[in-house]
Amino acid sequence: MSTLVLVLITGAGLGALYFLVASGLSLIYGLMHVLNFAHGAFLTLGAFIGWEVARRLDTATWSTFFVSILVGGAVGAAFAALTELALIRPLYERHIEQVLVTVGLAFAAVALYQGIWGSDPIYIDSPPWMLQTTDVLGALVPNTYWVLMLAATALLASLVIFLRFTRYGTIIRAGVENRWMVTALGIDVRRAFTVVFAIGGSAAGVGGVLAGHYTGYVSAYLGSSLLIFAFIITVIGGLGSLTGAAIASVLVAVLQQFANYYLGGTGDIIVVVLLAVVLLARPAGLLGRAS
Amino acid sequence: MSNEPVLTVEALHASIAGQQVVEDVSFSVPPTGITALLGRNGVGKTSTLRAILGLISRTGAITLAGERIDGMRTHRIVQRGLGYVPEDREVFSKLTVAENLTLAVRQKSPRYELVDSLFPDLVARRSQAAGTLSGGQQQMVSLARALLNDNTILLVDEPTKGLAPKLVADVTVALEEASHLVPILLVEQNLEVVKKLAGGAIVLSGGRVVHTGVATEILADEALTHRLLGVGSATGGAAI
Repeated sequence: MSTLVLVLITGAGLGALYFLVASGLSLIYGLMHVLNFAHGAFLTLGAFIGWEVARRLDTATWSTFFVSILVGGAVGAAFAALTELALIRPLYERHIEQVLVTVGLAFAAVALYQGIWGSDPIYIDSPPWMLQTTDVLGALVPNTYWVLMLAATALLASLVIFLRFTRYGTIIRAGVENRWMVTALGIDVRRAFTVVFAIGGSAAGVGGVLAGHYTGYVSAYLGSSLLIFAFIITVIGGLGSLTGAAIASVLVAVLQQFANYYLGGTGDIIVVVLLAVVLLARPAGLLGRAS
Repeated sequence: MSNEPVLTVEALHASIAGQQVVEDVSFSVPPTGITALLGRNGVGKTSTLRAILGLISRTGAITLAGERIDGMRTHRIVQRGLGYVPEDREVFSKLTVAENLTLAVRQKSPRYELVDSLFPDLVARRSQAAGTLSGGQQQMVSLARALLNDNTILLVDEPTKGLAPKLVADVTVALEEASHLVPILLVEQNLEVVKKLAGGAIVLSGGRVVHTGVATEILADEALTHRLLGVGSATGGAAI
């Protein structure tokens, strides 16, 4: 029983981390039809800069942790907005070229991070509470998972409020449905593109800092290792669907944890099998629109 | 009021995916009333409207109220006062009626009173998702989005397409009311509607303008309508 509880809770926590990455990917694809391969680079930069700030303060306090989260989010947002303005915008409506430029940026960013911080993992400190466990029905759950779940819940709630109650949110929802009609109402939809990139980058940056605390280290490959799962989740959830991404994040991570524990570490294979099954049975994903 | 045309199109060429859909089209729209843009299916009427808006690749000179707009991007053209009611309504189906309208507002005092008086059906449906409305109600949302602002001209594309006769009559009344406030360039397949509403008419064929004149005179000329619009009689109200 306690093992089952542990697998379920850690699955939900890992799903929360996936959602921090997948939510941005899904929003960006939904509005702009760009598969953003550079999303992992936003995450990794957030993680590195968050760690740089933390180690210059006091590495093991909550205040330092929150500052590093804020800095990671801000850095991710700035990097993403800059990417949209400098690389994506000049290639407006050229989707293949836009995807290729994000692939190029992803490779270049990893090389740059290696040049600056090296190839080896850099182990980081967390607030002591995060390194402890909490007893839930006999299962000792590492506290990091609660932080991940709290962060993802806060992100989902913020995104829902933003999308539903702000003008930019309305523009984004309308743009996901019919982008050219938004421009035909006199709205510069490209501003919404930058906003969406910044939001996605911010979530990824926060995700980067949290991923560092989850794995215990930061490295130049942190983003790329999470990005592949985030892509799978985005496809399973339905490209462009935020709710789909949230459901798929938890589904994929819980299944992955179960397979890792009960099926001899086959979690990654199971995820790919799930992707294949969803694509065969429901090509638009769980909550995606049929094209 | 000046009689200068509100919209002038000169040597307009437009293409979609390399395919020429508008070839050397020139016409002007007077500053009052409704001008119909007519022609058989597929002659480039919708493409002409979309080219004016910059929604498809185009060349040529387009002047709106004395200002060249052919170098501008779509949202700038609309901000200059060119309102667009597209074919097939194109409402945002997942957004509420209120959100559809709010999104279209470009001025401090939008004309909600006018819109509410023209489309009372929409008043009680503000919080309803636009995708759950009937075709006629969606058309009202689409027209309302354009009428909320003080536009210089409206481009209205087949507003009665697929509507029941009662709704066609409602939309016709709304367009007539709107035409007292703003000139309209109307693409319409229902000739009865054109006869009721339009003063001038421009006829396209093969992507070019082949005739311009008074709408009722063109529609009264059976030989002309047969040759240009492909119908035997202009009095039956049949779709062309």
